[in-house]
Amino acid sequence: MATGLKIKTAAELRTSYLRQEMFPTIFCDGCGLGNVLNYTLWAIDEVGLDLDRTVFVSGIGCSSRLPGYIDADGLHTTHGRALAFASGIRAANPELTVIVFTGDGDGAGIGGNHLLHTIRRNMDMTVILVNNFTYGMTGGQAAPTTPDGGFSSTTPYGNIEHPLDICELAKALGAPYVARWPVVSPAQPVKSIAEGIRKRGFALIEMLTPCPTAYGRRNGLKEIEQIWRWYREHTVLLDEWEWVEQFGSPEEREALRGKMKIGVFQDTERETFEERWAALVAREKL
Amino acid sequence: MSTHRELIRRALGPRVQFVQGDDACAYGAVLAGCTFFAGYPITPATEVAERMAEILPRIGGCYIQMEDEIASMGALIGASWTGAKVMTSTSGPGFSLMQENLGYAIMTETPCVVVNVQRSGPSTGQPTMGAYGDMMQARWGTHGDHEIIMLCPASVQEALEMTIVAFNLSERLRTPVLVFIDGELGHMRERLVIPNDDEFELVERPRATDRATYRPFAPGPDLVPPFAPFGSGFRTFVTGLTHNEDGLPRASSAAIHDQLVRRLAAKITNHLDLITRYEEFYADDCEIAIVAYGITARTCRDVVEEARRRGIKAGLLRLISIWPFPEHIVARWAERVRAMLVPEMNLGQIVHPIREAVAGRCVVAPYARIGGELHSPAELLEALEGLQWQPA
Repeated sequence: MATGLKIKTAAELRTSYLRQEMFPTIFCDGCGLGNVLNYTLWAIDEVGLDLDRTVFVSGIGCSSRLPGYIDADGLHTTHGRALAFASGIRAANPELTVIVFTGDGDGAGIGGNHLLHTIRRNMDMTVILVNNFTYGMTGGQAAPTTPDGGFSSTTPYGNIEHPLDICELAKALGAPYVARWPVVSPAQPVKSIAEGIRKRGFALIEMLTPCPTAYGRRNGLKEIEQIWRWYREHTVLLDEWEWVEQFGSPEEREALRGKMKIGVFQDTERETFEERWAALVAREKL
Repeated sequence: MSTHRELIRRALGPRVQFVQGDDACAYGAVLAGCTFFAGYPITPATEVAERMAEILPRIGGCYIQMEDEIASMGALIGASWTGAKVMTSTSGPGFSLMQENLGYAIMTETPCVVVNVQRSGPSTGQPTMGAYGDMMQARWGTHGDHEIIMLCPASVQEALEMTIVAFNLSERLRTPVLVFIDGELGHMRERLVIPNDDEFELVERPRATDRATYRPFAPGPDLVPPFAPFGSGFRTFVTGLTHNEDGLPRASSAAIHDQLVRRLAAKITNHLDLITRYEEFYADDCEIAIVAYGITARTCRDVVEEARRRGIKAGLLRLISIWPFPEHIVARWAERVRAMLVPEMNLGQIVHPIREAVAGRCVVAPYARIGGELHSPAELLEALEGLQWQPA
């Protein structure tokens, strides 16, 4: 795909795609959700999606507020269940494009079982999972993604649980498109979201997104510039990561600890639920 | 090329069949225009899902087996917003899991039908045995103030008919409707006559027609807002948060919350004439009444006849719609009778709204039976005879 982004200004995107009456947003200073929304709109613009035929679905949490800002059909559902609602939309009307916004707690904690089965069925939808390492809306409790030792209001002495690698899970389940990017630069996320929308089948784009208010301030990352810099310094491109693992010095390999792999992890083809159901109906309909 | 109605006829098969209550619910759904079913297997409701899995692809609909009952209810609501008529079925444990999303359907005015083939609880209880232990959960199971519509058929034939009625009410009032049977009725086989299309009514949800003036949750004079399906270009935002008539979140406004939640309740309680269903036997010449519903009411019919042969002026009020509770009907009976016997397959649930409706005007005697066995005619007759000597 060409990365020739039509550079629309934020103001232009806002007029074309957003519900003006919903502004200002509920998001804190330094939150990355505005960027996620911005990148999604860029991708939609790039793909040329018809918003009359697109439904934005979400669960509960900060990231799940995103559909409310977009001037399209939106379904802001119950905590963790966005993928189940989205599956119903796709199964009942496969002509609609479905884009899901969810968080790490919503999508991989309470909604983990739905994530697993929606990928297994290969429902054709694009899931933008915003991972900020915490339950932000409730004030910063430990999530399934909170890093080892991370401080939160419910891990005041440091997190002892192993964090979940959502992309590894999605990859293992056979999701046709799996990518992870930090919000700190736009080009790669925009490209991945556009690829996800174009992908036939389940596409997962995990967005690493700073939450200075609920997570950052408890982990020495309170300042906005500082937390954004942290994401640059703690993410390593997939190719580089693999090169270091294979050929790097012990020091270089040691330096990968505590960092996160980013990139496109999977880009394959697999028949979708909708295609298989249509084939079954073609065969069995009276 | 056959029409959709012809396809349905061919998929359902012969007009007269010998089938279970569960089958009848599935048949009723298909006749009512249901094209989408999401569900999860559970005894004794599984046959509803099995019939839907067989029939829906044959008429071009969609059956999807979800990972649990939470997901079933979620998928149902998503599908309903595309404009489809939708149903799921379950039993007690699954109905417990559906509560949160059931409340979401109420709050977002999403038409859907839920069949609960009740079994004995609490917890796993007696999976294969009938019970009516979820009557109050149906009323109050989801959190927050709300009204719910519930129908309680007493035969295989009525299970089909009430499932059609459930769809019609759900579409008409844009709210979830519950069809409650039990493991006995669900698994009992009876003669079923599949009605012709001119023998029942088919109702579609009110539709929004003008995009320029469309406000997704602005009600009409009957308090029901016109519906615009996803993909129709009306661009509806749907949220379980307290929302204004444009559908936008207004979760901190006492006034908007008060107005919304009262309207959601009133759109149901204002339509009792559409909802309330019951049957009366010896209503005008009755001193001791049995008030019953579901499969229990079948035993009561014979008991009343036998009691009258023995000189007791007995009668029967069979409730078919349970929620909203037909208080005015029970109150009317309370004016005339000395006592009401209330047999239930639970430890006493519907006896509570009955007492509230009676308001001390006659004796109310519950007769609880649990464990999966039906009330025997002999024990109910004995109970009626006992009530005869109650002081008024």
